Amino acid sequence: MSNSVVALTVIFAIIIFGSIMAFYAGARHKMNLEQWTVGGRGFGLLLVWLLMAGEVYTTFAFLGASGWAYSRGGPTLYIIAYLTIGKAVYFHVQPQIWEVGRKFKMQTQPDFFEKRYGSKYLAAFVAVVGFAFLIPYLQLQLTGLGIIVEVASFEGIGRPLAMAIAFTLVAGFVFASGVRGVAWVSILKDVLMLSVVFVIGISLPYIYFGGIGPMFTAVIHAKPAHLMMPGSTKDMGHAWYISTVLMASLGGLMWPNLFATSFTAKSGNVLRRNAVIMPLYNITLPLIFFVGFTAFLAIPGLKNGDLALLTLARKTYPAWFLGVIGGTGALTAMVPAAIFILAAATLFAKNFFRPVFAPRMTDDQVAKLAKMMVLVVTGIALYFALYSSTTLVALLLIGFAGVSQFFPGVVLGLYWRRVTMPGVFAGMVVGVATVAFLMLTKRDPFVGINAGFFALCLNFVVTAVVSSVTRFQPSGFEERSEASAVR
Amino acid sequence: MKRPSLRAVALTLIPFAAMCFSVPLWDRIYPRVFGIPFNLFWLVSWIFLTSLCNWAAYRVEVPPGSAESDHHPKGGAQ
Repeated sequence: MSNSVVALTVIFAIIIFGSIMAFYAGARHKMNLEQWTVGGRGFGLLLVWLLMAGEVYTTFAFLGASGWAYSRGGPTLYIIAYLTIGKAVYFHVQPQIWEVGRKFKMQTQPDFFEKRYGSKYLAAFVAVVGFAFLIPYLQLQLTGLGIIVEVASFEGIGRPLAMAIAFTLVAGFVFASGVRGVAWVSILKDVLMLSVVFVIGISLPYIYFGGIGPMFTAVIHAKPAHLMMPGSTKDMGHAWYISTVLMASLGGLMWPNLFATSFTAKSGNVLRRNAVIMPLYNITLPLIFFVGFTAFLAIPGLKNGDLALLTLARKTYPAWFLGVIGGTGALTAMVPAAIFILAAATLFAKNFFRPVFAPRMTDDQVAKLAKMMVLVVTGIALYFALYSSTTLVALLLIGFAGVSQFFPGVVLGLYWRRVTMPGVFAGMVVGVATVAFLMLTKRDPFVGINAGFFALCLNFVVTAVVSSVTRFQPSGFEERSEASAVR
Repeated sequence: MKRPSLRAVALTLIPFAAMCFSVPLWDRIYPRVFGIPFNLFWLVSWIFLTSLCNWAAYRVEVPPGSAESDHHPKGGAQ
């Protein structure tokens, strides 16, 4: 058998095994809207941890992080920082979101805005924005899957066909599983990911340089500036680092899918404990960086850094192990992709289509529409994945910049009584417009700071100013809880 | 809505100071620790220290033995 056949066989074996697992785990529960989206709100620490590790540590951490270590160097460190610091914010914010979520039976992020600010149009706007910025994150996963199939087939299968295969796999996976199935496949994904990362992160520097220390000595000898900021870029210095870490650690909590994940927990303390153990998962990141830095010297001159990890692995290991790495990479793309698709489809059906166009739809009809939307959402992401050539990290930063614009509305909504619906609406419009303008006109980083962070600051200011000049509006959260106390 | 205690907030601000705002102080290659450049070593250390800070904040918000401390060591999967 040729190398490509061996590698592809192993990859597909892993994918099929994962899909069977998802189907089995999902099929044991009746799939109404509540089960499909928030798993019946009964997950303990183990499942919440798995689900969150499943959606946060994506193919971006695997291929994108090594790709940036390869092509940009020092600025890549921001990934360790934001993923770690984010959990310190998560510790405070997410349990509060969970609490109001349980009290008002929320399933999605726009539900939060609708209850707090009493406007279904604000909620529909949040749904549309969330939907729009989930697409690049999803596109990232499909691109990653495409890269894996392409490299593992020794370029025998081209990118478009590889992505079409990826599309079919992911859509089928979501249909089969629902959120509970996805959580269980995360186990397989995490075990594989941790093992693979430890093996390649330690063995690749050892094979090429005789160890991690000697590998860094060689990089320092060749190009010391690569290891500090701005590394091999011109504009990613310390101001960029601070603004990007702030934007991503605050904004990263605002992914619509992460809201839904918080609602799956059975108590707020499950989420607090999750914040304690979650940072430890980041220990995989330096190992992935080691791979990127090794590739920096061992296989210089790749046009696309995202190919670095797999190209180096293909050059170094036997085909079956390339298959294991590829299969692991495929699951780290498919598990989060499934969660994003689920989230985007639900946002569209529940918080945009029903309230705006068809208020009489039943929950079951919404669930059906959401399932149909799975194909549409995946199709849109596939279209963008085929026709754009943005790097994985750049895609991630676009998504983060977008969803971080929810941060003022959520956090002020929780902690500041004076914030009003028009304030949040205006802030978000300004924030999203700024992100879109700066990104589309290629002005990120903007005067040395992250464009999303700049937009987030404007958003905060506008929200606060408009809120203080508009009429006081009681919080939907307080109103209802008083009513229920009377009852 | 329960207000977060100031001590818990302060504890979780430590990682921000250490990993984010102080970047000009630690973004350097030397001294290398175990052969790893200092900036990378610093951030890796703070992965563990952040976990510790969050744990301390957890103990502040949910004191051991309190009514809210519904502790299930095995996570009580589903």
